[in-house]
Amino acid sequence: MAELIPTIIAKYNYWIYITLMMIGLYAMIAKNNLVKKIVGMNIFQTAIILYYVSIGVKKGATIPISTGGHGAVHEAVHAADYLNPLPHVLMLTAIVVGVATLGVALALCLRIYSRYNTLEEDEILAQIRKK
Amino acid sequence: MSQQYPALLVIVPLLSAFAISIAGWVNKRLCFPIIVTALSVVVYASIGLLLTVLEKGVVIYHLGGWPPPVGIAYYVDHLNGLVLVVVASVALLNVIAAKKSIEQEFPDKAGPFYTLYILMVTGLLGIVVTGDAFNLYVLLEIAALTGYGLLAMGEERAPLSSLNYLYMGTIGACFYLLGVGYLYIVTGSLNMVDIARLLPPLYQSRAVLAAFIICMVGVWLKMAFFPLHSWLPNAYTHATSAASSLIAPLVTKVMVYVMIRLILTIFTPEFAFATLALNNIVVWLAVIAIVMGAILALAERNLKKMLTFIVVAEIGYMVGGAWLGNRAGMTGAILHIVNDALMTLCVFLVVGNIVYKVKGYAFENLQGLFRKMPFTMGAFVVGAMSIIGVPPTCGFFSKWYLIVGALQAGHYGFMAALIFSSLVSVVLFFRIFEICYYEPFSDHHGHDQPPEPMDEAPLTMVVPLLIVAVILILVGLYTGDIVNHIIKFAIPEGLV
Repeated sequence: MAELIPTIIAKYNYWIYITLMMIGLYAMIAKNNLVKKIVGMNIFQTAIILYYVSIGVKKGATIPISTGGHGAVHEAVHAADYLNPLPHVLMLTAIVVGVATLGVALALCLRIYSRYNTLEEDEILAQIRKK
Repeated sequence: MSQQYPALLVIVPLLSAFAISIAGWVNKRLCFPIIVTALSVVVYASIGLLLTVLEKGVVIYHLGGWPPPVGIAYYVDHLNGLVLVVVASVALLNVIAAKKSIEQEFPDKAGPFYTLYILMVTGLLGIVVTGDAFNLYVLLEIAALTGYGLLAMGEERAPLSSLNYLYMGTIGACFYLLGVGYLYIVTGSLNMVDIARLLPPLYQSRAVLAAFIICMVGVWLKMAFFPLHSWLPNAYTHATSAASSLIAPLVTKVMVYVMIRLILTIFTPEFAFATLALNNIVVWLAVIAIVMGAILALAERNLKKMLTFIVVAEIGYMVGGAWLGNRAGMTGAILHIVNDALMTLCVFLVVGNIVYKVKGYAFENLQGLFRKMPFTMGAFVVGAMSIIGVPPTCGFFSKWYLIVGALQAGHYGFMAALIFSSLVSVVLFFRIFEICYYEPFSDHHGHDQPPEPMDEAPLTMVVPLLIVAVILILVGLYTGDIVNHIIKFAIPEGLV
């Protein structure tokens, strides 16, 4: 147990993202309301976005722009000095995808609500079974 | 011009999606010619690309002139060259066949439907052509999001089924993204070829193992590999026939392609089969998928839903074949991507024609169809024979390679499952032939009522269907050429 705590603290970002992911997954499996499931799905996606963002973080790093402007001598920036922007840029795309998914999911919920007048899954299934 | 084929494959359908959505506002009749032109260009480019690959070997296209690993590269070899031709031609044939049924079912939504349709094709072609692991995720989501929209335009229950697919599909894509993240941590690259170059010293790393398994689970969710299949049957059954005959043949098959690409290119067969001792477990899972798919299909009293369970069983064929870990099994799996896309298209187009004329696809609606729609049912017989695996239709040959692969690997359970599912398919399809041919049973020796006159679906629906039926037989006859000239080079030398 004593050895476990430093491991958790050293890699706390991973523990946080796994916890968030499991909360999202739990909501998607256990919740009865369709919108709550969508909220769970969003937590799930956000956990992965946080994970990507956290792996790009570095303490005391610079921005990845070469020093020296026009005319001056270009100095190459050492890879060890700057913060890798790629994971963050990738996540911009993933955020867009997440928003689009959320939009489609809510639109589908609207259609379902207008048909069954409820968003509780068991009530919808009961109505389907009755027919 | 011909150097630009890889980019054209994605850009032409993407830009025409904008053109179609604008044309939908101006004049709905413009949508159809635009989509057919765009898809014809795509078919032409994909065939041109395959011929180039056959002649000169792998084609690597740098988007925007940025060399990899900084830029995104499109990477076309024998494997995806073949899959590209299949995706493009299935999409073209299906859109021609779908025109009449769209006019009948939702004439006012033709514009949005065609826009989503071509965006979906863009996504699928992009998944196949790209050589970048993250780019693949984005295109995966483009194909999936448009797919949710297409599947929701259907019967009363369609939005609910589509929403269930959305939950599962999003989890699948997120798992894939997470796996790519692990790969990125250990290699610092997203380019597939580059990752493959950097990985070998890291094969013992647990992060690589986690990346592989998480990616695989994500892809299995997306392809509805049993027991992750629960979203597929309802989503495909409740959709309109025009949408389900695009999505059922292509989406699951493209995901099988992604799985094979992960095994062959990113992780290499040495890692997937030799370092990890997972083969046996996955092949047994495939055995369960095949058997359960066949049994669940047997329980259905509804043609379209029965076919969706056959799709689930066919996924088992391909996953099992790929994971047998030998050359014959992998050949069978790749050949079955082509064959299964074509035969699923064939039987789903038949369902589309039946729905157009009879307005239903339950078994009771099918009576007397052989007399009423002889051409449609003729094509259905060819498609059914191919799914059962009767020579000379193409289904026989891929099943043959799979069985040879199972024998070489000494996996008799997989072989037994293949034969079992063929036998169940015989029962499934001959039961339908019986209903369509002999029912309604004539109690009065059939003299009182005149036989129903022939009432075939329109020509634009029947002709593409007959073309597909002929292709099924042609692909079967030329299997040897496809295997020796294309698939042989798609599998790395190391895999014996």
